[in-house]
Amino acid sequence: MRPFDYRRAESIEAAPRQAAAGAAFIAGGTNLLDLMKLEVMAPETLIDINRLELNQMEDTADNGLRIGALVTNSDLANDLRVRRNWPVLSRALLSGASGQLRNKATTGGNLLQRTRCHYFQDRTMPCNKREPDSGCAAREGVNRGLAVLGTSEHCIATHPSDMAVAMRVLGADVETLKEDGTTRRLDLDELYLLPGDRPDRETVLEPGELITAVLLPPPIGGRQTYRKVRDRASYAFALVSVAGIVAMQEGRIAAANLAFGGLAPKPWRDPGVEDVLVGETPSEALFNEAADILLSEAQGFGGNDFKLPLARRTLVSVVSELTQETQS
Amino acid sequence: MTEYLKMDAPATERRLDDMAQGLVGAPLDRPEGPLKVTGSATYADEWQIDGMVHGVMVRAPGNSGRVVLTNSDAVAEMPGVLAVIQDDRLLRNPAQGTADAAPIQGARHAAYHGQLIAVVVAETFEQARHAAQSLQVTLEDAEMVPVDPATAATEPRENQALDQGDLEAAMQQAACRVDVVYTTPSHSSSAMEPHASIASWDGEELTLRGSYQMLKYNRNELADSLGVHPDRVRIVSPYVGGGFGSKLGLAPEAVAASIAAKQLGRPVSVALQRPQVYEATMRRSETRQRVRLAADAAGRLIGLGHDARVSNLPGETFAEPVLQASHFLYAGANRKMSLELARLHRLCAGSVRAPGEAVGVTVLENAMDELAQEMGIDPVELRLRNIPDEDPESGKAFSSRRFRDALESGAEAFGWADRPGVKERREGEWLIGYGMASAARINVLKESEARVTLLPDGTARVETDMTDIGTGTYAILGQIAGEMLGLPYEKVDVRLGDTTLPPAAGSGGSWGASSSGTSVYLACEAIRRQLAERLDVSEPDLMLKDGCVTYANQTKSLTEVLGGDEIAKLGHVVPGETSKAVRQATFGAYFAEVAVHAASGETRVRRMHGSFAAGRILNAKTARSQCLGGMTFGIGIALTEEMAFDPRDGHVTNSNLAEYHIPVNADVPQLTVELLEERDDWASPLQAKGIGELGICGAAAAITNAIYNATGVRVRDYPATLDKVIAGL
Repeated sequence: MRPFDYRRAESIEAAPRQAAAGAAFIAGGTNLLDLMKLEVMAPETLIDINRLELNQMEDTADNGLRIGALVTNSDLANDLRVRRNWPVLSRALLSGASGQLRNKATTGGNLLQRTRCHYFQDRTMPCNKREPDSGCAAREGVNRGLAVLGTSEHCIATHPSDMAVAMRVLGADVETLKEDGTTRRLDLDELYLLPGDRPDRETVLEPGELITAVLLPPPIGGRQTYRKVRDRASYAFALVSVAGIVAMQEGRIAAANLAFGGLAPKPWRDPGVEDVLVGETPSEALFNEAADILLSEAQGFGGNDFKLPLARRTLVSVVSELTQETQS
Repeated sequence: MTEYLKMDAPATERRLDDMAQGLVGAPLDRPEGPLKVTGSATYADEWQIDGMVHGVMVRAPGNSGRVVLTNSDAVAEMPGVLAVIQDDRLLRNPAQGTADAAPIQGARHAAYHGQLIAVVVAETFEQARHAAQSLQVTLEDAEMVPVDPATAATEPRENQALDQGDLEAAMQQAACRVDVVYTTPSHSSSAMEPHASIASWDGEELTLRGSYQMLKYNRNELADSLGVHPDRVRIVSPYVGGGFGSKLGLAPEAVAASIAAKQLGRPVSVALQRPQVYEATMRRSETRQRVRLAADAAGRLIGLGHDARVSNLPGETFAEPVLQASHFLYAGANRKMSLELARLHRLCAGSVRAPGEAVGVTVLENAMDELAQEMGIDPVELRLRNIPDEDPESGKAFSSRRFRDALESGAEAFGWADRPGVKERREGEWLIGYGMASAARINVLKESEARVTLLPDGTARVETDMTDIGTGTYAILGQIAGEMLGLPYEKVDVRLGDTTLPPAAGSGGSWGASSSGTSVYLACEAIRRQLAERLDVSEPDLMLKDGCVTYANQTKSLTEVLGGDEIAKLGHVVPGETSKAVRQATFGAYFAEVAVHAASGETRVRRMHGSFAAGRILNAKTARSQCLGGMTFGIGIALTEEMAFDPRDGHVTNSNLAEYHIPVNADVPQLTVELLEERDDWASPLQAKGIGELGICGAAAAITNAIYNATGVRVRDYPATLDKVIAGL
């Protein structure tokens, strides 16, 4: 860990200005501190935002929920409103990390987790994300956990968050505050960048830009689930995960929302997958057709080839469950 | 005044059965338990010593070449830095268990990626870590070296080869035959406490506070590594936060701390970082195992073959003893076995959680399941039919063996009769299956010494450099002494983990309890004799209980008999003829129920049972805990654990507890353990055999056999991760 300056954020408004170039915000620190110990991340200054008034959850005028960026994963998962109206979010949160980590980790920080790619974490290995233009050791290395969608020749990292997958399926927006005092709202598709030739850039956030809240739209009808497939029953990152919300009407799929984790550098959502399902009668053939669309561009790198059949099987299983149970 | 026993004849007296205190076997709590759960037990790296500074080790970024530190002068000038040390005495490889001498040393050349080639010392840990991370290491004249066991050159281990009868002919004649190849990956011990040492010198005298399993050997390994006389070295290790083999032999941090402390004239603490534990301590070798089974029409084995390939670094002699239990578990007149060692540049391979049987019995038990399936015989019945009358190779008798009972009793306890057919039971999206496997582990007695002192106040002190690695040594040695001397449990003070105390066998190979326990027993016998002399009666006529002596119709308190004196005796046991005259081993059986998700291929163990026989049980609670731990690691071998090596340079790519998957609570269901009553007179005067590792020796096969029963999928490449299961669904 390199020596660094530590400053407490003076106020929400001041925080982005305090976080000049080379600074990083610290909230729960569950990911940042690990990476700082490895010197994979080495901010010159930490701006501690933990005392800012960003830990509230409030109902919004449109029956949505405004979640302060500092609300912990435990508090969010256990909030009665979330459990009742957005259960996919609660389930996703509880499937991630461990109780101790969830007590510390925050909503904003969870969205900005870095990849678990080993080669990113090992400074003796080439990694375009950690060190632009150094190469990618993962493509021909151990890549069991890495991405099959949205990759580039420069990077095949996955985004590790479960929460973000649920946020994506719910159509959540992120609210930010920039250094110049302006705010903006971004949906998760806009927030995250695909690696392309700049895998070191993971989001569109500008230097100093602070996530202040996540906004959940009003609850939508249908049955919700989060299915996480992993190598052990707890405390393991998703190999494939599916966040699904499906509404049925008269035996047909009226609405389908599906987001996928473990497959891509960002929580993945493909409108084509949802479109093919809507209006149709559930059948295994139909679900496989949806999987065909999801995986049409998918590419494995050896160790993660199994994610293609696994994603297919999981998608079929989840949609089958959601359509069956809402039918009855 | 030493009570010396060479174990040349069976101990048929079974004196512990005649004692009155009632401690041995009782499920007593560990006396140090409250200290551990309240954080009051001081582990190696937790000592605070005046003037202590901190060292952090530096890894080689490749697997060959000459190590060059390109900026060590600049690093030496960094804030707080006291020294950058690259010393030829640093360990290249950790020491193997019972090595008793320095392992391969050298910091000038890299032999594997992650080798610890320097130590940076600074006033604070944070300064040392940052400086260590800033040290630039290059490897000059690096070469391409083999890292893949499938293609590396191999050497046969001639002393492991067996060719008895004619296996090939037996395979030809067999009514049914199985010829299968299984692979198991490397495993890491992954003890919770990382390897840590604090070295402090007083002139030429070194004290090392470390975390080690076998102190008398470790002391000699450290002395030899440093080039000093062992009399100058003391190792203190009262609490060990798990070892599982990785702390049997000296590890790199101990030598680094000792060299740095000497150079700086200050105490130096060196703790390995978690990734360094994975990269530079010990791995269990991966294995490739071919098992051949030839059975007659009645399901009786007429031939058994087991050929294994394992690996290690050049220069290392340790070869995972995969075949250890295959030699005696099952009958079969025609037998062929071989072991070959591939030479490659991954970190050192050594003892990890039941070396040999943990993976060897597992694969043999998978092959037996395949044979049972082929022949349509109940897997339990197949095993019962193949229990040999005597050791099938040497013809020696078994010292004790409740193998049949374990199979039958375990099947009953588990409800094996309710076993579904292959792919027969389904609950929603979950496929349900049962599996079973036998357990077997060799039993070993090792030289061990202990001093027991009966104090004038009627309490006793037990002293030995034996260790407690979380296993219950403090408890069982107190129980044995209390039993023999007629003292309540809390009246015995057990002191362990210090080389100034009499040298013990150490914790490893499952031999710790019976070996060190015997030394305590012997010392107590000598004390009893002295008490008898004082009372002028024959020793067997003494009845000792609750601090009192009863003899010839009278009772006196021990304090009265002692009259202000203390009686101190040394017990000393060495193995003898009984180790050779008979086959000594422990046995058992595992039963598991799994649920496999039909879509994802995820396997969840729903319940698991083990029935075990390991001679006299010294403490029913700690013995059970050992078995629970073994079965838990069996779940790990079956489903999750695998060191993932980069195929290009052999470095470990999952060097942390988030990505090296030890089973977590959610992976471990209800486990039940049955301990069968047994006495083994050949093993020791305690009639106890080792139980520490028995719980893992085949456990994984019960689970993978259950996966087959549930799904019809045979995963022959451990661990049975979901990708391998869905490939066959």
